Parts: sequence; structure tokens; C-alpha cells
Amino acid sequence: MNTNTTSKTAVEQAHNSWFYATKPTGATLFLRTFLPWQLWRFIAINLKMVGMIRMSHRSQRR
Amino acid sequence: MARVVVLGAGVSGHTAAAFLRKWLGWEHEVTVVSPQPDYNWIPSNIWVGVGLLRKEKVVFPLEPVYRKNEIDFKQARATALYPDGIDGSPQPMVEIEWTADGRAGVRERLPYDYLINATGPKLNFQATKGLGPGGNSLSVCTADHAEETARVFLELVARMKRGERKRFLIGTGHGSCTCEGAAFEYVVNLEFELRSHGVRDKADITFITNEYELGDLGIDGVHIRRGGYVTPSKIFTESLFAERGIESLTRAHVRAVEPGVAHYETLDGLRGEAPFDMAMLLPPFSGVGLKAYAADGKDITDAVFAPNGFMKVDADYRKKPYEDWKASDWPRFYQSPLYRNLFAVGIAFAPPHPISPVRTTADGVVISPAPPRTGMPSAMIGKAVAHSIVNMIKGGDRPSHSASLAEMGAACVASAGANPFTGTAASITVFPIVPDYERYPEYGRDVDRTFGEIGLAGHWIKILLHHMFLYKAHLWPGWSLIPE
Ligand SMILES: Cc1cc2nc3c(=O)[nH]c(=O)nc-3n(C[C@H](O)[C@H](O)[C@H](O)COP(=O)(O)OP(=O)(O)OC[C@H]3O[C@@H](n4cnc5c(N)ncnc54)[C@H](O)[C@@H]3O)c2cc1C
Repeated sequence: MNTNTTSKTAVEQAHNSWFYATKPTGATLFLRTFLPWQLWRFIAINLKMVGMIRMSHRSQRR
Repeated sequence: MARVVVLGAGVSGHTAAAFLRKWLGWEHEVTVVSPQPDYNWIPSNIWVGVGLLRKEKVVFPLEPVYRKNEIDFKQARATALYPDGIDGSPQPMVEIEWTADGRAGVRERLPYDYLINATGPKLNFQATKGLGPGGNSLSVCTADHAEETARVFLELVARMKRGERKRFLIGTGHGSCTCEGAAFEYVVNLEFELRSHGVRDKADITFITNEYELGDLGIDGVHIRRGGYVTPSKIFTESLFAERGIESLTRAHVRAVEPGVAHYETLDGLRGEAPFDMAMLLPPFSGVGLKAYAADGKDITDAVFAPNGFMKVDADYRKKPYEDWKASDWPRFYQSPLYRNLFAVGIAFAPPHPISPVRTTADGVVISPAPPRTGMPSAMIGKAVAHSIVNMIKGGDRPSHSASLAEMGAACVASAGANPFTGTAASITVFPIVPDYERYPEYGRDVDRTFGEIGLAGHWIKILLHHMFLYKAHLWPGWSLIPE
């Protein structure tokens, strides 16, 4: 993304520091900011977090 | 009448004081001692540090809030505890030194029936030569630090707009740091802002960390069920860095920071230099240096506090190898084993041992994260201890409410870029915070309840939390309905 690529061969360019890392596909990236999907995720994540908070509070009595 | 004194007005102390005031009758006194006049919602310092928020949006004065709620506020720093009393009186006392204008430096002793130590961390920049504001690197640990960091960042952005290339070094400034999550948030927000300013192609960004693997976060990483696999957080963090073009240096201990260059060594003994135009490196934490004295004036600091300055509570502090660490080593009531009326909450209590395995170089330099105590557990501990003290004042002989990190989960949202339409954040739930391999043999955690996802929804939740927690901290109507 930020590296100076002018003097590198195609093989060198491909084998940058991140060649062996898992990378998101275009569809995954798209969904991350796709409003209808994210509205649904907003509700789902909130429910998950509220569940976690409730469970942690329940474990508080001696 | 009982007098409860809370030392510290951060997440844990402020929560404890607010609930004590809510649950205790007016005949009882609640006093808060804190050296800063303001409350700081620390998680949002990240956005101050990239120039998105002004400092005023993350701090507010404590005195009017406490006055309105009949909590006595003393703008002072605690220096010493006299838990057995002093000068022939058995009345427990805490010594404070005022910091407020007009009274700065004045010392006073406050009597207490119950005391909560919620003094958080000392930001131990001195551990690394040249580290920190006043040295050669920046920080976002306080709102003032974050404001200074933003000023430097925006200056560099202006120069990049004029065509200059700049190097950013972000991460942990010592091998024994905690708070890797905050360093992670800062680096991805910085990258996002460089893109927003249209200068990303002029920046080289390196993340330097004491973590063995990226995504360790001081909690030995988390395992998340996703896409047909149970995947460690290392993979997700590496993936985000690959996507954003952020280089990383793991297993690193910063030895010294000179102008424009950080000297580091790694677990395998290699030494290197990381050049930078701007470095934001978090410090390691220690206790704030409270002393403790017996009635005869004998120094008992070593009995009340651990060597790192954090206060000993009902944990198992026996030295054990990693294989023998147990969930039950972790404290449940945060009560001093020596004094039944003395408690420590949030970052101020001494953990029995780290959560991530301790690793050292051949020369014995520790390069592994100390255990984090993030906002939600800190507040929950503060609330549980307040509950216990209220019940003890009403006649209970021992604490009634527990809040073990090995029995509770945490929900956390890590910002990865702040914009209402294009921003993202990683939403994470972990259960339990401290792995329990007896209950969950494979990963130490319940994989059904441990979850992580990155997206715009997370950013909206982060915004919501910013406003909700600031509302709650102001103790505005209905504050106690907002969960910790
Ligand atoms: C940059 C950054 C980002 C973070 N982001 C997140 C996040 O997104 N989510 C999350 O859950 N957690 C986050 N954390 C962690 C979170 O801030 C801490 O968990 C939390 O602040 C701990 O609360 P505390 O009350 O123990 O300590 P603190 O909040 O540090 O409060 C300590 C209090 O004690 C006072 N004090 C200090 N010395 C004395 C003394 N001698 N006498 C009396 N008072 C004293 C201080 O002035 C302060 O009021 C972040 C931390 C940092 C540094």
C-alpha cells in the first residue's frame, strides 16, 4: 500500500511483508461498511454484549 | 456513622464512590481523593490523539458532580496509609497531600472506616531511557498527552501534504508493558486518519510490541469461531495490518528512545533500531507508590503492597510456573488479607501473575505483556466492592459481592477508524477474561461466548459507549441503569 514499488520486480512486489497473512476479500470489505448489513450487525452485536454484561453481573454474589 | 474514603476518581474509583453514595444513607460519609480536578474518559483519548476530538470532549470537572451528589471531594494525592492508626489512636488514617491551587503541598490525615484504593497506574516512563512526553516519544495515556500527540501528528500531516515522507512508530515502550489494545487502537486510527488526509502514500507505519504474537493483548489472545474454523486473534490482527499496510515488530523490548530512533531488542536476543519522525509508545505501569505504616511507625509497605507497587488482595501470590497457574489464583473480593476494611480495585490491585506466559531473553529481560485491567472489569470490581462495603457497614462480617476476572467476561470495542459511514471497530466479547483451563480445557475460554467482528456497526457502538459512559460519569438522571 505504502511502499515504494518502482524498482521492484513483480515477484518482489507480491512478496511484501504481508504475503503470508490472511487478507479479506472484496466482499468482506464491502460488507464491513454496507449500511443494511451493518444495521443488522449493530443489533446483533449489542444483544451479544448485553448478554455478556448480564452474565458477568449475575456471577457477582458470593 | 461510617466514613468511606475512595482514593482515585478513574473508572473504578468513580464507579465505587457513586454506588456507595447511592446505597449508603446520608448519615454515612463518602470522600473521594484524587490529584486531578477532572474526570477523563480514557478510551476516547485515542481520538484526541489523532486530532479528531478536542480534550474538552473527554474530560469534565469532578467537583460540581461530587458537590451535587454530596460526595466530599479532596483534590489531593494519597501518600501513606496508617491502617492500624497513629499517635496512640487506633483510628485508621490515610495521609494526603493537596494538589489544588491555593493548598498545593498541604498535608492532611483523613480518618476512615473503610478505604478503597483505586489509584490506577503510575505511568512508568522512567523504565525506558528517553521514553515519553518530556523525553523523545509521545503518549495518549492522559488527555494532555493525547492533545500534544495530536499537535505533532497534524504538523506531520501538513508536511506530508507538502510532499515529505514520514515514519511513524507506534506501540509499547518497554518489554513489560500492558495496554497493547490501546496501542493497537492508536495505530489503526492513525492509519485511517492518514488516509482521510490523503497522505497515506507518504507514510511508513511500524507497530512495535512486546506481544509474542499480534493480537495477544495481554490476555494470551482469544480464539474465535468464524468461517468454519476456531481462529486465534493473531490471524485477525495480522490480517488487519496486512490490509492497512502496517509493518509489525513483535517480541520487542524498547531499551531506549533517542531523538528520531528507538533502540530495541527481541526475545531471541537480536538488537535493532527503529527510526521515526513520530513515536507514540505506551509506558509500562506500576503502582503509584503509596506507603503503609504500622501503629508504631514501622514501614509495612512490603506487607501491604506487592514489589510493583500494586496492593495485595485476596489472590494467591505464591510464585508458580505457567503450567500451574489457575483461575482460582485471581482475587474475588479485592480485600487486603491484612485489613478487612482495606480494598483495592481496577488497576490498583496486584494481579497474582500475568495472563500471557512470561517470556525472557537469554539475559533475563522480560518481554511479555502484563495483565490488562480494562474499563468494564475495573468498573464492575468497583461496584462489587462498593456493594460489599455497604453490606459490611450494615453488619456483614465479610464481603458479600465478588468480581473475579476468572468468572466474568468482558465486552470491548476497539476503534479501527472513526467515521460514521466509512469507519470500523472491532467488537469483542471474551469469557472469561482470565482463561480457566479446568472448565474450558481446549482454549481456556468458552468459544460460544467469545466473539469478535470488525465493521461499521462496531464504530457506532463505540460512539454510543463514549456518550453513554460520559453521561453515566456525570451521574445524570438514570446513571445507575447504564451497565458498567
Ligand atoms: C489510551 C488508553 C485507551 C484505553 N482504551 C480502553 C478501551 O477502549 N476500553 C477499555 O475497557 N479500557 C480501555 N483502557 C483501559 C482503561 O482506561 C482502564 O481500564 C481504566 O482507566 C482503569 O481504571 P482505574 O480506575 O483502575 O484507573 P484510572 O482510570 O487510571 O484512575 C486512577 C485514578 O487515581 C488517581 N490517582 C493517581 N494517583 C493517586 C494518588 N496517589 N492518590 C489518589 N488518587 C490517585 C488518578 O488521578 C485517577 O483519577 C484504555 C487505557 C488507555 C491508557
